[in-house]
Amino acid sequence: MKELLNKQDIDRILARMAHEILERNKGTGDLCLVGIQRGGVHLARRLAKKVKDIEGKAVPVGSLDIAFYRDDINIRKEQPAVRKTEVPCEITDKKVVLVDDVLFTGRSIRAALDALMDFGRPANIQLAVLIDRGHRQLPIKADFAGKNIPTAIDENVEVSLEEEGLEDKVTIE
Amino acid sequence: MKLASKDLLGIKELTKDEIILVLDTASGFKDVLKRDIKKVPALRGKTAVNLFFEPSTRTKTSFELAEKRLSLDVLNLAATTSSVVKGESLIDTALNVQALGADFMIIRHSSSGAPHLLSKHIAASVINAGDGVNEHPTQALLDAFTIKEKLGRLEGLKIAIIGDILHSRVAKSDIYLLTKFNDEVRLIGPPTLLSQELEALGVKVFHDMSEGLKDVNVVMMLRIQMERQGKGFFPSTLEYFRYWGLTPERLSIADKEAIVMHPGPMNRGIEIASEIADGPRSVILDQVTNGIAVRMAVLYLLAGVRE
Repeated sequence: MKELLNKQDIDRILARMAHEILERNKGTGDLCLVGIQRGGVHLARRLAKKVKDIEGKAVPVGSLDIAFYRDDINIRKEQPAVRKTEVPCEITDKKVVLVDDVLFTGRSIRAALDALMDFGRPANIQLAVLIDRGHRQLPIKADFAGKNIPTAIDENVEVSLEEEGLEDKVTIE
Repeated sequence: MKLASKDLLGIKELTKDEIILVLDTASGFKDVLKRDIKKVPALRGKTAVNLFFEPSTRTKTSFELAEKRLSLDVLNLAATTSSVVKGESLIDTALNVQALGADFMIIRHSSSGAPHLLSKHIAASVINAGDGVNEHPTQALLDAFTIKEKLGRLEGLKIAIIGDILHSRVAKSDIYLLTKFNDEVRLIGPPTLLSQELEALGVKVFHDMSEGLKDVNVVMMLRIQMERQGKGFFPSTLEYFRYWGLTPERLSIADKEAIVMHPGPMNRGIEIASEIADGPRSVILDQVTNGIAVRMAVLYLLAGVRE
């Protein structure tokens, strides 16, 4: 197991991403952050805090559970646990930044897009991920990538976060 | 965590952890039901067949809606009891339904054990929607969900189940479920409809309302099954109401925060007074809404079981 990022690295990356999100969207107007359960939710909250530190304005943060939208129901050994979905604002005509910890095949993002669309018709949806590890199986790309990490397909990238009672770090195995 | 069996035949067969899994999953589906778009693609491409050999409005409607909200294709077969009194023809019916491509078979039957028989012969997931006087597992699960939602917990409660226990599969499933959670279950009803032998299930039997209702947190009323009352279990419905009907005076014996439940359909003025049924303590309509979420959870979780 190799450590790729430590607490300080993650913090700096998120600070940069917060700036990028604000730059791209010209501030916080109509902006809404939605994290994918579970890691993405914690990261979305951290990004929102940084956005507030920078702009002095709060942005709504939500969580999205994609269990009901997955495409692997027939091949998984058991159903994924269902977690809370809380979309904090009317997303129609909003700029929604979808946040996830690791971007890999792109299938979770596909599911998340479908899930989001059931809540309304956003003006646009942008994707922010802490790690992009490649190996996409769908035509999906991140608008804001914290770090690109080349990986072998059988490697395992693990993002552990303090919110889960762990130490902030990213490891590969 | 997943369910051990491809079928939901009864609460008796479930572990406490499995019940908790169903209830937790159901709360995710309850959120879905609050949205503008109340449908998810989770079980798209699969087929559910509702096989009802006994009349049912609310359970059938609830299952059908749960199936549609999960994007299942739905077939309703209302079979007449006459063609399926023999075990063999029931299995034949099921095999034919399976040949149509059913992934789920939801069955209600007047014979206890009919779903169990089916489950041995077919590969589709069998869900018991009420079998004879045996069980009605999804009703007990929605009752449990509603109790947890309203009172914040499911354990260590005093719960009274009142009325026609003898004919009630709902009561059986509720008893199996609640005793797994260490609740004090009290059965109240006339001796003709409530046998002392039930105490073997770990419950207390009462024949007097004011005694049985004392301090209970949940009052579960059962429907007097008028269609089964030809045998003179009690003299008249008026007399029944006088002794075992739920009135405001009787409800005042229960805990101040007690909730009132009823699996429906209600006989107003026979087992429950209208002012209670429509009153602030009644969670009867919540039970109906929760039934959809719980049935969605059961279908969703069974779809993930590979045997």
